[in-house]
Amino acid sequence: MLSILVGVLYTAGVYMLLRRSILKFIIGIIFMSNATNLLVFISAGLVAGKPAFVNGATTNVSQLADPMPQALVLTAIVIGLGMAVFILALKYKYFEVTGTDDLDQLKQTDSQK
Amino acid sequence: MNSIILQIASKYVRWLLVIFSVIILLRGHNAPGGGFIGGLLAGLSLAYKGFAFTPELLKTEMKVKPESFMGLGLMLIFISVWPGVFIKSAFMEGIWFTIPFPFTEGYKFGTPFLFDIGVFFTVIGVTVLFLFSLSNNKSWK
Amino acid sequence: MLPMLNLVILYFLFALSIFILPKAIKSQKGILIAFLQMAAFVWFVFKVPLVSANNSELLFLKWIPELGLNFEFLLDGLSLAFALLVTGVGVLVFLYAHSYMKSYDNTAKFFFFLLLFSGAMLGLVLSANLIQLFIFWELTTVLSFFLISFFNEKELARKAAFQSLVITFLGGLSLLAGIIVIGSAVDSYSINDWVAGADKIKSSSSYVPGLILILIGVFTKSAQFPFHFWLPGAMQAPAPVSAYLHSATMVKAGVFLLARLSPALGGTDEWTFIVPLFGVITMLVGSYFAITQTDLKAILAYTTINALGVLVLLLGIDTNLSIKAAVLFLFIHAFYKASLFMIAGFIEKKTGTREINELGGLIKSFPITSAIALLALLSMAGLPPMLGFLGKELIYEAKVQSPGFGSMIFIFGFISNVLMFAVSMKVLFKVFLGKAKKTYTVSRFKNTFFVIGPAILVLISLVIGIAPNLFGKWIIEPATNVIYASPVNVELALWHGFNQVLLLSIATVVLGSMLSYILIKYNRVEVLWQKFNTTVFPVNLPELFTKTIESFVAFSVSKTKILQHGYHRYYILSIIVFTAVLLWVQLFVTKGWQFEIPFTFKPFYISGLVFIIMLATLFSVITRSRIAAILSMGVTGYGMALIFLYYSAVDLAITQILSETLIVVMFMLILQRLPTFTKLSSKATKIRDLIVSIIFGTAMTLVTLKAINVNLSSPISEFFMQNSFQKAFGENVVNVILVDFRALDTLGEATVLVIAAVGVSVLLFSKKSKS
Repeated sequence: MLSILVGVLYTAGVYMLLRRSILKFIIGIIFMSNATNLLVFISAGLVAGKPAFVNGATTNVSQLADPMPQALVLTAIVIGLGMAVFILALKYKYFEVTGTDDLDQLKQTDSQK
Repeated sequence: MNSIILQIASKYVRWLLVIFSVIILLRGHNAPGGGFIGGLLAGLSLAYKGFAFTPELLKTEMKVKPESFMGLGLMLIFISVWPGVFIKSAFMEGIWFTIPFPFTEGYKFGTPFLFDIGVFFTVIGVTVLFLFSLSNNKSWK
Repeated sequence: MLPMLNLVILYFLFALSIFILPKAIKSQKGILIAFLQMAAFVWFVFKVPLVSANNSELLFLKWIPELGLNFEFLLDGLSLAFALLVTGVGVLVFLYAHSYMKSYDNTAKFFFFLLLFSGAMLGLVLSANLIQLFIFWELTTVLSFFLISFFNEKELARKAAFQSLVITFLGGLSLLAGIIVIGSAVDSYSINDWVAGADKIKSSSSYVPGLILILIGVFTKSAQFPFHFWLPGAMQAPAPVSAYLHSATMVKAGVFLLARLSPALGGTDEWTFIVPLFGVITMLVGSYFAITQTDLKAILAYTTINALGVLVLLLGIDTNLSIKAAVLFLFIHAFYKASLFMIAGFIEKKTGTREINELGGLIKSFPITSAIALLALLSMAGLPPMLGFLGKELIYEAKVQSPGFGSMIFIFGFISNVLMFAVSMKVLFKVFLGKAKKTYTVSRFKNTFFVIGPAILVLISLVIGIAPNLFGKWIIEPATNVIYASPVNVELALWHGFNQVLLLSIATVVLGSMLSYILIKYNRVEVLWQKFNTTVFPVNLPELFTKTIESFVAFSVSKTKILQHGYHRYYILSIIVFTAVLLWVQLFVTKGWQFEIPFTFKPFYISGLVFIIMLATLFSVITRSRIAAILSMGVTGYGMALIFLYYSAVDLAITQILSETLIVVMFMLILQRLPTFTKLSSKATKIRDLIVSIIFGTAMTLVTLKAINVNLSSPISEFFMQNSFQKAFGENVVNVILVDFRALDTLGEATVLVIAAVGVSVLLFSKKSKS
C-alpha cells in the first residue's frame, strides 16, 4: 500500500516537474523529496510501535525499528526544507527581474525580455 | 492578519513554545527531540509572533540578529568537534562528563550535546532568516 | 646519480623564481639564466670522459612500479650529446634573448617559459622511461605553444601557435598509444627493457601498429612531411625561440626519440622502408620550398625541415655510417641554424624587415655579423673548411653505401643538396653582399650579446671542421654506439682524399652555383617559379588544417544544439525518461520477479491515511488555485508525518510536521507576490507528461517493493543500537546517530542550511539594487 503511495507521489512529482510554471515545479520537487524520504524509510522495513529507544536494560535490539534510515531521512527532510525555500526565493527573485513564471522564456541569458 | 486573539495569545504561547523547544532540546538524547526539532520549534515560535503582528516589529524587537544565531550555532558545533581530537585522538569523538546537579544523579554533559545545541541555534537562525527574507518589506499585513 | 634529477628540478624551480626576483637583478635575468645553463653545461662536459668510455649512468626512482612507471634518468652517449646541445645552445640563446627581449613587455613571462622549456627538454633527453619521456614531451609541446604565441596580440602568432599545438598534440597522443602498444609486448616502459627485448618486440604482432603510432608522434614533433607545415608558421615566435626550439632542441626531440628507439625498434624492413621514405620526402619538400621563399625566417624554417628530413632519413637507413653521419649532422645543423636564426632576429630588429628583397649589402653596416653569417651559410651550403662540409661528405658516403633503394635516395639527396647550396648562396649574396640599399648605423657595444652567440657557434663549427677528430672521438662515437647498439669507430677528417664523394661535392657546388646565379640575376625566374608552385601545388596545408578544425567546431556546435536546446522541461523529461527506462530494464533483468509482501489494507487506518494523502496529492496537481495546491501539498506532508509516527519514527514525525509547516508558511508569504497559475501547456503535452510520470511512478513502486525484500548486508543499525547507551549515553538512538555516530553528516547539513539561508537573504534583500 505504501509502495503505491511512493509511486503516486513520484508520478505527481514528475508531472509537476514537467510543467512550465515554476511554482508547480517547486511543488513537484517537494513531492519528489517526500517520495524519496518515504522510499528510504519503507525500504528499511516497517516496525509499528517500537521506536528505537534503548537503555541499559534493552537486550533484544533487532525487534526495534531501524534507527539508521530514520536519521538519514531526518537529515533529508531538513535539507529538503532548505532547498525548497531557496528555490522559492530564487523563483521570486527571477520573477521580479523577468516578470514571467514561464520556464520556457528563460532560455536567453540576456536581460532582454 | 490583525487578529487580537492571535496577538494576545502569541504573548503567552510564544514563550511556551520557546520553553518547550528548550526542553525538547535537552531531552533529545534520551527521548524524542533534539537540536533540529527544538530549533524548528523555537524558530516557528518567532514566526508565530511575526504572523500575529508584523515581521518588521519582530525584527525591531529582536535584540539578536538571525545571522548571529547561525554564527553562534556553527561556533558551538565547531568547538564541539575538537575535544575528541585532542583527548581521544579521533575527530568528533564524543567526550562525556557528568555535571553534578542537585536532587538528581547528575546531568550528563558531553560534546555531542554541545553539538546538538549548536544545531539548535543554527536552525533557529536559519528559520528566522528565511522568514525575514521572504516577508521582506511591503504588502504584509 | 641524483644530480641529473636535481638538475631538472633546479630548472623548474629557477623558472618559478623568475617572478620573485628583486628588481635590481630582474633586468639581468637573461644573463642570470645563462649562468645556470652554463653550470649545467659544464656539468655535462665533465661527464664526457665517463661516457666516451661507453659507460652510462642510470638514476632509478620508484614512482608507481605496479604500473611500470618509474623515474629513470639515463646518461649515455646519446643523451649526453643532446644534453650538451640543450644546455650549450641554451647558454648562448639566453644571452641573446637578454638583448633581444629588452624592448618588450612581459619578459619575465618569456624567460619563465623559455627556462621551463629548457628544463623539460633536458628532462626529455635524459629520460629512460618512455612514460616519463612522454610527460616531458608534452610539456615541451605546451611550452612551445606559449612561446610561439608570445606576441599574442598578433593574430598570425595565435593561429600558428594553435596550429603547432594541435598537430604536435595529436602526434603526442599517437606517441602515447604507440608506447603503450609496444610496452605491453614487453611489459615494461623502460628503454633498457625495450632494447633488451628488441627481438621479442619485433616478432610480436603489435610491432607494426606500435611503430606506426610512435612514428606519427616523431614525425609531428620533428616536422616531417605531411606535418611539416606547422614549422614555418611557428616562425611567428620571437627570434630566440626560433633559434632554440625550432633549430636546436624541440624539433630534434623527434629525432632523439627515433635514435633512442632505433636499437629497440629499428633494423626491420618496415623501419628501413617507412622512416627513410618520409625522410626523403621531407628533405625534398624542405629544400624545394626553401628556394622560393623571400622571408628570411621562412627560408630558415624550410631549410630546417630539410635538415630534419635528412636526419630522419639517415636514422632510417640504419647503417653505422648513416648513424654516424646523423649524429654529426645533428650538431652541424644546430650550430649553423641557431646562429642563422639569431642573426635573422638581429637583422629584423635593426632593419625592421625580414624580406630578403628589401635587404642587401649588410656587410657594410654590420661587418662582424655578416662575417659570422657568411661562415654559417658556408656551413649550411656544405663548403670547406666548415663542419658542414664534413657532414655533407659523410652523408653522401652514407647514401652511396645505403642498402635497399640506395640509388634513389642518393639522387634525391643530391638534388636536395644542390638546392640547399643554392639557397645558401642566394641568402648570402642577396642579404649580406651586393649593393647596399640602405646603411644602418648602430653603436657597436650594444650588439655584443647579439653577436656573441652566433659567433661562438660558428667558431666551434669552424674549429671542429678543421680538426674534427677529437670531437668525433669524445662526442659522436659514444652517441653512435648507443644508437647502433654496437661499437662503431668514428674517425673524422676534413680531407678524405680524392674520391667519388668529393666529385659529388664538386658537382653539387657547380650546379648549386649556377642555380643561385640564375635566381639572383633574374628576379623574374623566382617570381615565375613561385607562380608555378602555387598552381602545381594548390593545396595549402595550413589552410586545409584551419578548415578541418573549423568544420570540426561546426560539427560539434550542431550536435550540441540538439542536446542543449535551452528548454528546461525537456532536459528533465529526457533525464526522467532515461532513468525510467533504466529502472524498468533493471527490474526485468533482476530475477525474483514476484513480490513477497502481499497487497494489504491492514491496518485499515493507515490505508485510510494513505488514501487521503493520495487524494491530496492528486488535488494539488489538478487544482487551478495556488493556495489550494500548496495547502494540499501540506496535507501530504502531514500525512507522511503520521505514517512516520505510526511506524516508530517519532523524531521523524515531529521534524516532518515542523518543516512542513515552515514550508507552507514560506509559500504563503511569497505567494501573494507571485502571479496566478496560467495555463501554459497544451493538452497533448499534458498527456505525454502524464504517461511519462506514470511510467516512472510505477517503476518506483516496484523498486520500493523490491527494496523491502532485499537486504544486501547486515545493517549497521544494530551496532548503533547496541552501543548507543553504553558508549554514547543516549537512549534515543536516532538522536545519538545524528549528533554522535554520524555527526559529520549533521555538520554538513547544518552548513547546507546556513548556506541556503544566506543565499535566500542575499537574493531577496538585494532586490532594490537590480530590476
